[in-house]
Amino acid sequence: MTAPTEGGRSARTEADGKYGAYGGQYVPEALMPAIEELTDAYERYVLDNEEGFIDEFRRRLADFGGRPTPLQRADQLSARYDREVYLKREDLLHGGAHKLNNALGQVLLAQYMGKDRIIAETGAGQHGTATAMAAAHLDMPCEIYMGETDIARQRPNVFRIRTNGAEVVPVTTGRGTLKEAISETMRDWAGTVENTHYVIGSIVGPHPFPALVRTFQSVISEEARRQARDRIGRLPDSVVACAGGGSNTMGAFDAFRDDDVALYAVEAGGSSLGVDQDRGVAPNSASLSTGTEGVLHGARTKLLQDGDGQIVESHSVSAGLDYAGVGPELAHLVDRGQVEPVAVDDDDALEAFHRLSQAEGIIPALETAHAFGYLETVSEGQADGLGEVVLVNVSGRGDKDLETVLEETADRELSVAPNMDVLRRAGGLGGGQADAADQGE
Amino acid sequence: MTVGLTETFEEPAFVPYLVAGDPGYEDSLAYVETLADAADVIELGLPFSEPIAEGPTIQEAIVRALEEGMTPERYLAFVRELSVETPIVCMTYYNLLYQYGDEPGPRPFVRAAARAGIEGFVVPDLPVEEADPLRAACDEFGLDLIFIVAPTTEGARLARIRELVSGYVYVQARMGTTGAREDVSGRTAASLARIDGWSVPKAVGFGIKTGEHAERIVRAGADGIIVGSALVEIVASGEDRAAVTDRIATKAAELKRGALAGDE
Repeated sequence: MTAPTEGGRSARTEADGKYGAYGGQYVPEALMPAIEELTDAYERYVLDNEEGFIDEFRRRLADFGGRPTPLQRADQLSARYDREVYLKREDLLHGGAHKLNNALGQVLLAQYMGKDRIIAETGAGQHGTATAMAAAHLDMPCEIYMGETDIARQRPNVFRIRTNGAEVVPVTTGRGTLKEAISETMRDWAGTVENTHYVIGSIVGPHPFPALVRTFQSVISEEARRQARDRIGRLPDSVVACAGGGSNTMGAFDAFRDDDVALYAVEAGGSSLGVDQDRGVAPNSASLSTGTEGVLHGARTKLLQDGDGQIVESHSVSAGLDYAGVGPELAHLVDRGQVEPVAVDDDDALEAFHRLSQAEGIIPALETAHAFGYLETVSEGQADGLGEVVLVNVSGRGDKDLETVLEETADRELSVAPNMDVLRRAGGLGGGQADAADQGE
Repeated sequence: MTVGLTETFEEPAFVPYLVAGDPGYEDSLAYVETLADAADVIELGLPFSEPIAEGPTIQEAIVRALEEGMTPERYLAFVRELSVETPIVCMTYYNLLYQYGDEPGPRPFVRAAARAGIEGFVVPDLPVEEADPLRAACDEFGLDLIFIVAPTTEGARLARIRELVSGYVYVQARMGTTGAREDVSGRTAASLARIDGWSVPKAVGFGIKTGEHAERIVRAGADGIIVGSALVEIVASGEDRAAVTDRIATKAAELKRGALAGDE
């Protein structure tokens, strides 16, 4: 494994936290001393490996997390799309998603900094789960802020967070999803910053968070790049990853940035693209594809906002992609043409969920399913930029999404969805779900 | 840099905050005008959808105002329509300033605000690191830019804020978000001591609820008190306009009396 300080890595870490016009530190003054303290800790422990921080992080990622994760050839998808499809199996990381890379890194960093309490926001619950696991592993008290809408649609992860001993704090403002959870966690932090570390879950927020999270997540592409060389004898022509805030995206892209590899960030197209100015909502979460520059949650980046600058409510069938902003570094790479943003809608993501489950025996997270949805839609067309060898980042597993998928599948006509008659006949579907399943037949 | 707002702190100042358009445009006009008798400066909130520095009371007020259709354009109309002599300071979040008008950056809004009669800005999500464009626009149009000094602000950060601040400095009495409290933080005196030699007046906010709080804060060395949530709570009571107006006037008089008593 390449230490982050070697090669060109540290040169990419902008000292002032600016990525072109994006990034920066738009936070209340009360938080700024903690942001400065964190920046200092990031530079000393993470970039310079002081006190052997990186060595301990790598060791714990291996022993506790199960790294390295495999690079797997997807045989059925390769045949279906007539190209080599390889999967980076972050769903096999402890906790079932790439999120642990960052959560473990930040909780460990908090310990090095002498903090004694952990808070975090979560959308799909994957980051909350990973943070709760890391906090239990490192014996730190932990509270997870989660929107009420997300608590309802991601119940398995709420159970997991609680089972690991962390508190779940429901957020009732707004629509009760990731945006509100981040705002509420920032409010907690504004009052507790002296003893508390905020483990932000994506490459968003004020500097140094985008750089810090990307550095912890870049282990994905560092491994994948080496594994591709060893296994395939070459680098992939393209890397495909889903993008909400963008942490698995940047993690999967980072080590390929200087290579001749096309990078595709697949956003949630929801039910349609664009912002409904009258209703102040976006029926999607495609901030890279359709967003405009603005300031949210501590950073200047691409946002879903109305003409006045009010942040609009986003939508995606996938809770983990359901966010009105995106990491500033990813927005910058899109502007520079180094990353291609594409969108996959709810229906195509759900189909891809079923297709991957049936074809490869891998139940992906709904977030991840968007990346596979892109593979399907683009392969239906003629020319595409994916090339002969495609690497898809399997950012997480889909166990948490099974209830949502059951309900959402019943509401739509999807060619690949299984029917759930066997469950219904045995009385295994609850009232609402049985009704929903009936409609789907 | 202008000194317009500084002059209003000759005696202990009462600086109330309300959200423009809460719970509706006309009611809000009446409530802000009611404050004018006792107030030395009025901080008037321009509601933003993600108010990360606000506690529940002001968050809910912002939701009410947004649901009733408050926008930056209507806010400016609101300010023009106010018949008050008291200086108005706009308190809002940076994205609204940044998006307004036909060029990116805060200049178009600051220009429009100056024309509407606004005399200064407080922007809680804009630390000095990112404040140069707004400071430049405020200088160009003769407005003050107020910065917040938190209990955690020390050393080089204090020096940088001192360079950029004008009008008055907003001393955050305690950590956390806005909201009325039953007690006033003991960290206030220490915060005031850290900025003792500054030329701008020191107004303390976050948690002040009663005249007795106000008196104690002024006795601790503050030049003024900032009160938001305790007033917004009255608006949130849902009583009719006459009752709310009456209670706001009573509370404002109590707070101003308390501030003055602290100077005796």
